Amino acid sequence: MALNCSAPPIERRGDWEHFPHGADVGLRGRGATPAQAFEAAARALTAVVTDAPVEPRDGVPVICEAPDLELLFVEWLNAIIYEMAVRNMLFGRFAVRIEGARLVGTLWGERVDVARHAPACEPKGATYTELKVAKEADGAWSAACVVDV
Amino acid sequence: MDPGRFTRVDPTTWRIEATGAMRVPAIIYADETLITDMDDKVREQAVNVATLPGIVQASYVMPDAHWGYGFPIGGVAAFDADRGGVVSGGGVGFDISCGVRTMLTGLSVSDVVLVQKSLAESLFHQIPAGLGSEGAITLDAGEMDAMLAGGAQWAVERGWGAPRDLERIEESGRMAGARPDFVSDHAKERQRREMGTLGSGNHYLEVQAVAEIFDATIAGVFGLARDDALVTIHCGSRGLGHQIGTEFLKEMLATAKGAGIELPDRELACAPIHSEVGQRYLGAMRAGVNCALANREILGHYARRVFTHFFPNSDLRLLFDVSHNTCKVESHLVDGKRRDLFVHRKGATRAFGPGHESLPAALRSVGQPVLVGGSMGTGSYVLVGEATSEARAFSSACHGAGRAMSRHAALRHWSGRAIVDDLASRGILIRSPSMRGVAEEAPGAYKDVDAVVVAAERAGLARRVARLRPLICIKG
Repeated sequence: MALNCSAPPIERRGDWEHFPHGADVGLRGRGATPAQAFEAAARALTAVVTDAPVEPRDGVPVICEAPDLELLFVEWLNAIIYEMAVRNMLFGRFAVRIEGARLVGTLWGERVDVARHAPACEPKGATYTELKVAKEADGAWSAACVVDV
Repeated sequence: MDPGRFTRVDPTTWRIEATGAMRVPAIIYADETLITDMDDKVREQAVNVATLPGIVQASYVMPDAHWGYGFPIGGVAAFDADRGGVVSGGGVGFDISCGVRTMLTGLSVSDVVLVQKSLAESLFHQIPAGLGSEGAITLDAGEMDAMLAGGAQWAVERGWGAPRDLERIEESGRMAGARPDFVSDHAKERQRREMGTLGSGNHYLEVQAVAEIFDATIAGVFGLARDDALVTIHCGSRGLGHQIGTEFLKEMLATAKGAGIELPDRELACAPIHSEVGQRYLGAMRAGVNCALANREILGHYARRVFTHFFPNSDLRLLFDVSHNTCKVESHLVDGKRRDLFVHRKGATRAFGPGHESLPAALRSVGQPVLVGGSMGTGSYVLVGEATSEARAFSSACHGAGRAMSRHAALRHWSGRAIVDDLASRGILIRSPSMRGVAEEAPGAYKDVDAVVVAAERAGLARRVARLRPLICIKG
């Protein structure tokens, strides 16, 4: 089978990136604050599913709690995955506020349009594999984990 | 992985002795090429599993193994509840009871080829697949609980399946001990409209041809002959299983800590079997198994409906339905004594040998069909469980080809359109809503399934009966 070396790499787009995992996909968001890193990681999650633009037509509020920032990150991604599944929606814009162990967020998106979004896969859950939320040497925050698809 | 880091017991058995926190050795079944090509994470994860309380005999790894979550994909481990054994949500995985069923169609390849294109289109439109697809079934609260308790038996009672299928499904189509009341409202909500949907990722429905027979006697018992057409469905418990896995992983993290269990990896979150959380997980997980069994039964019914349209006299008979993400209580011989063990299989297939009491009468004399899914371009296998498999790995075998390349890497190497065109020129029709999804599942992203099943055979896990080649593949 011919290799298609012109296929666009998807590793890094602005403030998020995908990294390889055996059968699934790792994602990492970066930002000036943990909240911004969480928002960027959420965009990376949507990009696991589709390359197409997602219109921010409807807003969905989410609230998560966890004993530490890393577990809160997994809760946040799992909350998005849950809302994607039960509402049959994709989300393209995110707002996050973190207050201690609590995250208050809003997801904006639209119903899945199979023809337009051509969803490549369906995330099953965020995992603790390669899970890390940390302030990096350059002062930016990063939030990463592997998502089972 | 460097094979030099293992003790080579024989050409397909590689061992790591128990050291440090390991309670038992780790044993990997693979040939030298397969083990060399495995990610170092497989070794690390097999060793981590060997540290869990109550583990019996060894932490085993199948020839198709790759880097997973906590457990390697292809990991098998058994725990003794009465010796502090644990149940691990990570050891079962997010897609509870993901599995494969293969149905005999009674048709030949030449019959299918005559209508191949329209059959592919019809299956693609009639089988809901992928994100954004919607099933035709919506369950209210009462029906949800009935499904979670009844599994494939529930589906058959509702007219989505055939009574004769049940003896060809593990647990006769209904996992005992399921507790729908232990499944959260969130998990049930996620499943409300997902019955009879295929999902995405590596899930598929394939029409296949029997390309080669390795054991004519057993193939005859299984009803397989060269150039027969088959239907194989790979999927699991959909959103419900994912949500159960997600919720218990979080809860078991706290439970393990409270029980003083040192976890080398958070994804190995577990609970003592004799604990409230452990029992609650088992009840919910068994309900998840029933969801998967019901879902595959419904999808089988949909496939029958499509085939009946094209072939009014067709009669799709279930060869077997196996699950490969489970924790099941099984009796196994350990040091000469029978013990009831909680056997975790994460990306591994149960492979009972001849004579096992759980097998239907028609199969008991030869052993359990072991269905091994390959990639969409290379083919799949039907194996049969071996008597030796119990001593080798608690009656377990490989479940697929196993990925050799990440989705990320596959996407950089292949275009979905090129794969679809290339396979079409070889007589294999792919239908999928996403060309990117096809690229991520490129045949080249998988290990050599031929090498995997040969290694399984040489290791005494299961023996080859037939090789299947794809004719039509519906991907989510």
